[in-house]
Parts: sequence; structure tokens; C-alpha cells
Amino acid sequence: MAEAGIDSDTAPAAAGPPAPPRGSARAAGGAVLRALVRRRELSIVLVTIAAVIYFTVAGHRGFNTTNNYHIIMQYFAPWAIIGGAEALLLICGEIDLSAGFVYTFTPFALTSFYDAGATVPLALIGALAVAAGVGLLNGLIRVLFNLSSFIVTLGMGFFLEGMSYIQSRGEPVPPPIGGGLQQVIGGSRWSELIWALAIVAVLQIALSATRYGVYIQAAGGNPLSAAESGIKVGRVKVATFMATSLLAGFTGILDQVRVGSFDPTSGGNTTMFMAVASAVIGGTALLGGSGTVIGAMFGALLLGIINDGFNLIGVNAYAFDVVIGIAVVVAMLLNVYLASLRKRALR
Amino acid sequence: MTADGDGMSTAGTGAGTEVVRVEHVAKRFGPVTALRDINLHVDRGEILGLIGDNGAGKSTLIKILTGFHRPDAGRIVIEGQETRLRSVAHARSLGIETVYQDLALIDGLPVYLNLHLNKELTHRPLPFLRRREMRRRAREALDSVGIEIPSVTAEVGQLSGGQRQAIAVARSVHSEAKLLLLDEPLAAMGAREGTQILRLLRRLKQRGDLAIILIAHNYSQIVDVCDRVNLLQHGEITFDRRSADTSVAELLELVHAEYRIDA
Repeated sequence: MAEAGIDSDTAPAAAGPPAPPRGSARAAGGAVLRALVRRRELSIVLVTIAAVIYFTVAGHRGFNTTNNYHIIMQYFAPWAIIGGAEALLLICGEIDLSAGFVYTFTPFALTSFYDAGATVPLALIGALAVAAGVGLLNGLIRVLFNLSSFIVTLGMGFFLEGMSYIQSRGEPVPPPIGGGLQQVIGGSRWSELIWALAIVAVLQIALSATRYGVYIQAAGGNPLSAAESGIKVGRVKVATFMATSLLAGFTGILDQVRVGSFDPTSGGNTTMFMAVASAVIGGTALLGGSGTVIGAMFGALLLGIINDGFNLIGVNAYAFDVVIGIAVVVAMLLNVYLASLRKRALR
Repeated sequence: MTADGDGMSTAGTGAGTEVVRVEHVAKRFGPVTALRDINLHVDRGEILGLIGDNGAGKSTLIKILTGFHRPDAGRIVIEGQETRLRSVAHARSLGIETVYQDLALIDGLPVYLNLHLNKELTHRPLPFLRRREMRRRAREALDSVGIEIPSVTAEVGQLSGGQRQAIAVARSVHSEAKLLLLDEPLAAMGAREGTQILRLLRRLKQRGDLAIILIAHNYSQIVDVCDRVNLLQHGEITFDRRSADTSVAELLELVHAEYRIDA
């Protein structure tokens, strides 16, 4: 969101009349509240910290170990990357339900190129091009025929799921990637985390510090106004669909190289829903116009920590879905509530 | 953005140079003829009022001048040069700016980004936004036309209707605008806010470097603020007179004559 630049200037306006000097604790509480109202991502950070504290206490010594951090990373990285991309799509008023199956399919695109005689780097580039092509198709159908992205990407998701099974004949295959390249894309222990953090950083910078970021907020906030101002709304949306698919495809390769198996049952709707949930929990409005990539990243972190923590303290895995269901709805309610608070505070 | 309002108040009414001339422009949409044969012109430092019944073709004419529609026939001459407006962006690059009925503002973005929408400043060759500079220029631009906004960092969605309208106008004249097109800027506005916008238009006119075409339904406002009035009927300009030489009563009579029940 544009808040990055706003804060310093709106602070006095938002503060309103100075709080009665009843003690610094109260004033500090007020400051935290105001910050919470203004920076939506902050609430999710606080909840994440609370979750860490809870699992540290309840999870015995198991939670704060490097091995456990590594397990959390395995949840976190794919959800953060795809969730960050979905956040951008949601901000420009679209959604990609096929991202999870792009994740599933792209590794098999790689093996197809490889089996056809391409070298591994070439097959990798080819597979990523296929992933981006899926986004191009999603975006073009969405924009040219004015179909809702919900329908377009739902169809694309089914299509890719089927294609993954056809390509793999339903069997997992070992990735044909070895050596240094394998180490870089998922092989070495923390490589996936580094990729996730780097990609989130790039996406957030694109959102808050470039014209493209302004355009996607404009395209999602008010497409007609954006078009009247000369912004190529369709082009902005297609580009964002392409970025989402490209990143989902890359994440599929990254994640499954780490696991050591390209599996047609991996990813899919679960990955897509977790990514969208991350974005929503992180404060991105489903109707477009506002949100952040960093928020989605913390959403992914929170979901990863809850998932891991529940395993650790032996809570039934099914309970996890119950928690996510509640978390998504509560996050949306909080968003709406905070938005109206913000409005009042800034009046 | 050049003048500080009073600096060049040499209202070049009448004798100014011609900014745009429209000759024999026609436009059809399938079987519907929106514009039959339009001829009009506006000079620098002049406000031209465009009136006419709903469906007379006012908005189509505006959309042709903004480069949104292409005319089927006729010529558009901008500062003496015949010009084919290829797109909205092309028209804007020539200094033709529009304030739409819906204002084309993005509620979720702050004032200063709205003022720079699609004209954002970046640290070339790096693609990063120059937010500080844009805030400074936004403040300057608003000050230069006398618009009071609490903060250029406020989100536009939190401002009043009049403030939003003022921002939309300020954005249009923000860079080297030559021709400003306003499509019913006062339609959804209270009397007080409407007056503020009219004052703003008059200040812009006094800058002397801008030609303005104003579409409005309130004829007393038209007669008040415009130098000249054109009446658009069935896709043609049927009346062209200086505001000083006409009256609200005459305009009402002209527009409604053809609809009189016992005609």
C-alpha cells in the first residue's frame, strides 16, 4: 500500500487531540493502537509473535530448534512466494485459483523438455516459460473476453491437474537436476528460505516503490478511473497473472527439488488456498485496491508456525483446518473493522 | 503549475489565440448518429460553455477531443495544426486534459499519487518512485490554484465531494495543459462546493494560458462563468453566442422549445 510514504505526514493528522497525560503506559498503548490501525500488517506480526511464544511454552523444547525452523520453512516458503504473488493479483482485483496446479505441473514440463533432449538449464527455462505462458493465457482470457478470473483460473486449474497426471502417468519421478544447480534451487538446506525472502522483497518493492505498484492499486481500486487516466489496466493485469504463474511454477520446482521427487499429487488446491489465505490473513482486501506482500509473508509464517506447532504438541491435524477457517474469516472481519477505524481516525 | 494565480492575470478573453478548432466532425455508433456536423473553436484564456439535452452528443464530442473516440469525418485543428488524436495518452501528450463525471480518482491512493496518476516521477534510470518530490509538487500545484486540502498524503476517498472535484481539476492542469475539458463537474455537488469549483475555473482562466470547455446543466452557472455558450442539438452546434449577449431565459427557451407540450 502507499502507506510506506504516508506515515510520516499523516501521523499528526491521525493523532487528533493529544491524549490526556494519564501515564506513559496508557500513551504507549494508544500509540500501539494507532500504529495497528494504520499498518494492517502489524496485527498479524503480533499474532505471529504470540503463536511463537505459545508454542515455545507448550511445545516443550521441540519448537525452538534449528531442525524445527527448517520444518517451518518448508511450509512457509511456498506459501510466502505464491501468497505474495496472489496478494498482488488480489490488489489488482483478480485471483488465480490455478496457481497450485501450476506448481504441480511445471516440474513435469521440465521433465518433458529434458526427456525431449534439452539440457537441464534449458529445460528449466522452458518450464518457467510454460508457467509464465499459463499466466499469459489466464490473463488474456480474463481481459479480452472479460470473463471473471475466478472462472478462468478454475478451469485452468482442472486442466493443469489433468495434464500433470497425463504427463507423469500418475507416478512421481526423481528430478533430473543435480550438482550446483540442484543446490541452488532447493537442494541446499536453506536455499528455499533465501529464495522466498528474496522474492518477497522484490515483490514488495515492486508494489510500494514503482509505478507498476501504483498501477495495480489503481487497477484494483477503480479500473475505470485507472483506464481514463491512461493506465493500461489490461496489460497490468496480464503482467500480474504472468508473474503469479511464473512464481508458482518456480516454487513447484524449488519445493519438489528439495523433496527429491516430482509428484503429481503435490501442490494443487491445498497450496493455492494456503497462499490465498496467507494473503488475506496478511491484510490484503479480496475486492482489490489494497494489501501488501509483506503481510502475505507474515500470513504464511503464521500458518506455517500453527501447522508445525500443532504437529509438535500433538493436536489432531484436522484441527489445523478448523483454525485456518476461523483465522481467514477473523482476518477479513478485522480488515473491514480496521479500515473503518482508519477512516474515522483520519477524518 | 507555472503561474501562482495572480502572476499573469491578463485574461486574454476574445482576442486570444485559438487552441482548438473542430470542423465538420461527425461520429456514428452503428445505426446511431451521435454527431452530425460539429463546428466549434475555443481560444486561450476562454471558457466555452457547452449545453444541450441528454443524448445531444455532448459527451461524445468530449470523448473525441480527449482521443477516446475517433471521428468518422471532419478535422480537429490544435494550435493551427490538423491533428489526428490516436488515444487518450496521445491527446494528453498534446496538452488536452479531461475531468470526467466520475473524476477518475483512485480512492485508495493519496492525493499526491492521484495528482501524478500515470505521470509518476521516478529516479531515472531506476524505476523507483520519487515520493518526496511528488508530494512537494502536489502541494505546489494545489497552492497555485488555491485549493485547500488538509494533507497531500490523505487518501482521496476520505475527502469531500468538492475537494475531490478540485483535485481532479488540479490534476488536469497540473502539467502543461492547453485545453481542459470538464464533463458536468457540478452535477453531483452542493451549491457551495459548486461555487468553489466555478471560482477555481475562473482563476484558471485568469492564468491566460488555458482554454476550457465546460459541460453543465445549470445555465445560470454557465452564463456566470463562461465567456461564450454553444448549444448542441441533434449532433450539431445550433447556437454560438457570447455569454454577455444571452441570458438564462434565452438558453432555457432554446433548449426546451422543441419539447414544448403544445408545440
